[in-house]
Amino acid sequence: MHLSKNLIDLVDITKSWDGTCVLDELNLSIKENEFLTLLGPSGCGKSTTLRILGGFVTPDKGRVIFDGEDITSLPPNKRNLNTVFQKYALFPHMTVEENIAFGLKISGKSDAYIKDKIQYALKLVNLDGYEKRKPTLLSGGQQQRIAIARAIVNEPKVLLLDEPLGALDLKLRQDMQYELIRLKNELGITFIYVTHDQEEALTMSDTVVVMNQGYIQQMGTPEQIYNEPENAFVADFIGDSNIIDATMIQDELVEILGVKFPCVDSGFGNNKPVDVVIRPEDLILGTPGTGRMDGTVTHVIFKGVHYEMEVMANGFEWLVQSTKAFPVGTEVSLDVDPYNIQIMNKPASEDEKAVAIDE
Amino acid sequence: MNKRKLLAGPYMVWAAGFIILPLLIVLYYGLTNADGGFSFANFIAITDPMHLKALGESLLIAFGSTVISLVVAYPLAYILSKMQGGKSGIIIMMFILPMWINFMLRVLALQMILSNNGLLNALLGFLHLPLQHIMYSKTAILIGMTYDYLPFMILPIYNAMCKIDRDLLDAAADLGAGRLQSFRRIIIPLSLPGVISGIIMVFIPSISEFAIADILGGSKILLIGNVIEQEFSLSSNWNLGSGLSIVLMIFIFISMAIMNRTETDEEGTSV
Ligand SMILES: Nc1ncnc2c1ncn2[C@@H]1O[C@H](COP(=O)(O)OP(=O)(O)OP(=O)(O)O)[C@@H](O)[C@H]1O
Ligand SMILES: [Mg+2]
Repeated sequence: MHLSKNLIDLVDITKSWDGTCVLDELNLSIKENEFLTLLGPSGCGKSTTLRILGGFVTPDKGRVIFDGEDITSLPPNKRNLNTVFQKYALFPHMTVEENIAFGLKISGKSDAYIKDKIQYALKLVNLDGYEKRKPTLLSGGQQQRIAIARAIVNEPKVLLLDEPLGALDLKLRQDMQYELIRLKNELGITFIYVTHDQEEALTMSDTVVVMNQGYIQQMGTPEQIYNEPENAFVADFIGDSNIIDATMIQDELVEILGVKFPCVDSGFGNNKPVDVVIRPEDLILGTPGTGRMDGTVTHVIFKGVHYEMEVMANGFEWLVQSTKAFPVGTEVSLDVDPYNIQIMNKPASEDEKAVAIDE
Repeated sequence: MNKRKLLAGPYMVWAAGFIILPLLIVLYYGLTNADGGFSFANFIAITDPMHLKALGESLLIAFGSTVISLVVAYPLAYILSKMQGGKSGIIIMMFILPMWINFMLRVLALQMILSNNGLLNALLGFLHLPLQHIMYSKTAILIGMTYDYLPFMILPIYNAMCKIDRDLLDAAADLGAGRLQSFRRIIIPLSLPGVISGIIMVFIPSISEFAIADILGGSKILLIGNVIEQEFSLSSNWNLGSGLSIVLMIFIFISMAIMNRTETDEEGTSV
């Protein structure tokens, strides 16, 4: 992956709706050719961020820099980026072909060029032959792909996608995820993608930006976000995990529920309260006495690839994933490898729960 | 299913009694002469120069009031649809409110305003502008019809405009369209069904209107509606009145067919 200079900079973006602050001094840089995903729970300001990029919402404060130019007050029709809207927003009174040609006609392209582009775009989204159809008569997935085709024929530098797969069923969604990655590589443009589906974010992105309540919680590669969450919110949002209050005894030694565990993190100080994340698949089950603590299996569910169990040990209900099932009531031991223990600073106050990494 | 049919029963009886039966009676009278013999004379009577003139005047005034209503209603509906929340509701109410007052009263009120020593001339006099003699002219009829039918033009257009998804306008802007282009390529075509309903709802009642012509035109100007009304009331020639009514109905059907044709042409799948 070739990532070069910053293409877009959001600087100190602040936006309130009716007195409620939705984005608070948000700073974000997006590189050329990056697939960047804004991930976060409903209402955290993802769409607002995207709409500020698209020019549909003007921030109360802050600047949007695009390719070195301040475009904060530029209207959407003057911006060199295109949006794929959450609800597709295809023009119902036009055919598929007219929809795709819309932007090209406005920019005054020749008929021959437009015709070629329509063919090219429809092939790209695997819908050739649909030129004369009305979009209202197509399936959700097909409408989705037309919306993408309509955006990309304009050759924008950046494609903004607002939960474009939200309305699709699981199978189609997975297919479309691969399609989008293929498209991105074929077109060589920057994708800014919004979703609240963590799996989708991890699968597709070069960079994931986890947001909550208008703040960026963490920004990094999917691996970083998954393996090294910086706080309990990210850890919890990114997947099932065990998040436990613990005490950092000293460097590389943490006490969890009264039991000392060796770990690989250091620099937290001595006897400091911390949050610890242990992924369910990293817990090792064994016969009683062979691990670091003993407990009892209280629930077992078959999940396809693995079994998911709940184990009561030292007063905590541990979520464990294993390919081997232990029946309910079995006494088991629990252990975890040092490098699978992720230590995080506790937020000092409620406010700081939403630490912005840009500070 | 059967229950539903049963529920429709009273309506069926009502429709048969008050729609189908009168139509059949009109058809019967239209196709017979005073002695009860079969005849097309009542239809052919439309070619009588006086009747043709009345029909022509009716078409002209109906056309005029439709065009004026459209020109007034379209921008108004557009502005209203762009307004936030409650404000547009109040203004729409202002247009609907007069419809709750009896039709005759409204026309008489208009007469008060337009007459030689009415409100309008009082205002003009106050402003030292030349007085207008509007009453008993085609202009008065045109004003009356436009005033009376304007809400029927505003409402369907306003509804159609409110139904346009804001996302579509965002999408158009996103694809490079300026305000004017968005208006031309998105708002106009998507509000067209409302325009067509509006035109139908104004044009059709205007074409057969006679009360407004009676009061504001002072019986000087004869519209086809007046001719038909007089045949029924004054001359008691129900045969001729029915025949002319049917001819007028055919005219209306033809114009509706043309309108519907345009609608499907422009809008394809729209309902
Ligand atoms: N036009 C608007 N007027 C008033 N409030 C708004 C507007 N747009 C967004 N908001 C509010 O701003 C907050 C953030 O909205 P936003 O659409 O950015 O969330 P989101 O992260 O995209 O959520 P979702 O995943 O549900 O789409 C919400 O509380 C929402 O109610
Ligand atoms: Mg959203």
